[in-house]
Amino acid sequence: MNGRFVRLAEQGRPAVSLTVDGAPIQALQGDTLMVALLTHGTALRQSEFDSGRRAGFCLMGACQDCWVWTRAGERLRACSNEVRDGLDIVTTQPEATWPLHG
Amino acid sequence: MATARVVIVGAGPAGVRCAETLLAAGIKPILIDENRRDGGQIYRRQPEGFTRDYATLYGREAAKAQDLHQSFDRLREAIDYRPDTLVWNLTPGQLCCVSQGRHRTVDYDALILCTGATDRLMPIEGWHLAGTYSLGGAQIALKNQAVSIGHRVVFMGSGPLLYLVASQYVKAGAEVAAVLDTSPLSLRLKALPKLLARPGVLFTGIKLLAQLYRAKVAVHLGIKPLQVLGDASQGVMGVRFTTGSGRTATVQADAVALGYHLRPETQLGDLAGCAMAFDQASSQWWLATDDAGRTSVKGVYAAGDGAKIRGADAAEHAGRLVALALLEDLQQPVSSALRDGHQQALAVMDQFRLGLAQAFPWPSEQAKALPDSAIVCRCEMISAGELRRTVNEKGACEVNRAKAFSRVGMGRCQGRYCAHAGAEVIAAAAGVQVQEVGRQRGQAPVKPLSMLIEEVAP
Ligand SMILES: Cc1cc2nc3c(=O)[nH]c(=O)nc-3n(C[C@H](O)[C@H](O)[C@H](O)COP(=O)(O)OP(=O)(O)OC[C@H]3O[C@@H](n4cnc5c(N)ncnc54)[C@H](O)[C@@H]3O)c2cc1C
Ligand code: FES
Repeated sequence: MNGRFVRLAEQGRPAVSLTVDGAPIQALQGDTLMVALLTHGTALRQSEFDSGRRAGFCLMGACQDCWVWTRAGERLRACSNEVRDGLDIVTTQPEATWPLHG
Repeated sequence: MATARVVIVGAGPAGVRCAETLLAAGIKPILIDENRRDGGQIYRRQPEGFTRDYATLYGREAAKAQDLHQSFDRLREAIDYRPDTLVWNLTPGQLCCVSQGRHRTVDYDALILCTGATDRLMPIEGWHLAGTYSLGGAQIALKNQAVSIGHRVVFMGSGPLLYLVASQYVKAGAEVAAVLDTSPLSLRLKALPKLLARPGVLFTGIKLLAQLYRAKVAVHLGIKPLQVLGDASQGVMGVRFTTGSGRTATVQADAVALGYHLRPETQLGDLAGCAMAFDQASSQWWLATDDAGRTSVKGVYAAGDGAKIRGADAAEHAGRLVALALLEDLQQPVSSALRDGHQQALAVMDQFRLGLAQAFPWPSEQAKALPDSAIVCRCEMISAGELRRTVNEKGACEVNRAKAFSRVGMGRCQGRYCAHAGAEVIAAAAGVQVQEVGRQRGQAPVKPLSMLIEEVAP
């Protein structure tokens, strides 16, 4: 299994290239970051509270389980931000070494 | 007083119909929504560049979706529409908003909350594993992005949305491993008299079920969820449950869509000081309003699923009705025939709502049976056992106290996905009714804000 999400339609959109944790990936214009990442892998991030991997939960901006970061440190909700050519995403929080609360 | 500053929060069916009605009466509202596009949940618009037509996207609701979108497109330039803007706090007369990292305040004389709902969740052992999604989330994946949440998906929980989303997945070509409903057939039969208030909707529900059977999807009623199977690195690998006849069964899958109908987004009303009421039928708290949508706080109104979970058709009526209520309060002439028409339509939908609550009840008994090891708060991995200890050892029988000790409800989702189940766990441990343990107070910011926010003048 390479990706968690499976594309069912709308596959004729133009391709977009971005980088995730240093590796280049291809997505489609209009994809959310979540779809771009989860059609290539099975998780978005590491849980701060256990050994589990996390892949989001609600897809509607309510659970905040899908945070990723730009290399510059801007936090993005992967389910509600779209891919852009050249985006450089990291899936671990750039500056933090302590668990985030709220 | 045509100069009243009216702000509507939420551009779903309730908010759009409210804006339309106000505009027709000469009031130009500000309409704020966190989403980039209008439509709200059910009539969510797909991103630009996607080409599926209305029938594919919205099925039987296509005509209603198109009508709402067209109404909005006509309004858009005439009102002050502010998409991509989150209302994260409020004080009397003023909203705190953030858009693209910029903070801005918005003053109001009247505030209409059309904030909609999110999925209502009951935890199960293993639900924190990657690949478990909320049922509504599973639908958004399909509607908004044309993807399935997995290669083989189990739909588990209860409520009409369970069958709707499962059949949408089947139609879109996804593999549906099973539909597992905690409610038994007998309750559906008992609820029939109330459900017959809307025979068309009832018939649609029966057709959905027939479609699933025709597609040879395994549908089990009256099940008890036991566990989402899998491990920390791989995520979901299946589901274990007890069948209606008491047998233990396993289904293999790499994704689970889990949900028990909906809960209203009441935080802004709560922060505004609006009184809340406990709804016995659905066993949850929501904003106390009169039957036109006035809350207990003067100048603050609520409509749609954010006030009372009655579905999309009711949200359109409630949006129009609440606008009429505001116009009345502003001493403007209002057609009583129009008002009565909406009220009558809503009374029928209320009857149907009670039928749904009876047919697909919130499974509070599951919270009692939840093993100590099961996670209640998936944000911070806090177990049912830890929560029970705060009740048994610290005597915290009120949810806000239990939250302070256990942190259940303090994580990223701010209680959206754990507060209802947490209250049930506390009530069961304390041996009292769930309404006696109170409800988690709304807190600002209603969603976590980025620390990079910049302030701009209003
Ligand atoms: C994921 C999901 C899927 C659903 N699918 C269906 C379906 O297929 N069929 C069906 O009959 N019913 C469905 N429902 C039920 C459906 O929500 C409603 O019946 C209908 O959409 C309610 O309309 P509404 O206008 O009250 O709220 P919504 O349509 O939910 O709109 C509320 C809007 O308010 C905005 N909002 C909320 N809080 C804030 C804030 N603080 N700041 C800014 N904006 C805010 C949201 O972004 C949203 O756009 C679904 C519900 C959910 C949660
Ligand atoms: S998946 Fe819930 S906020 Fe993104």
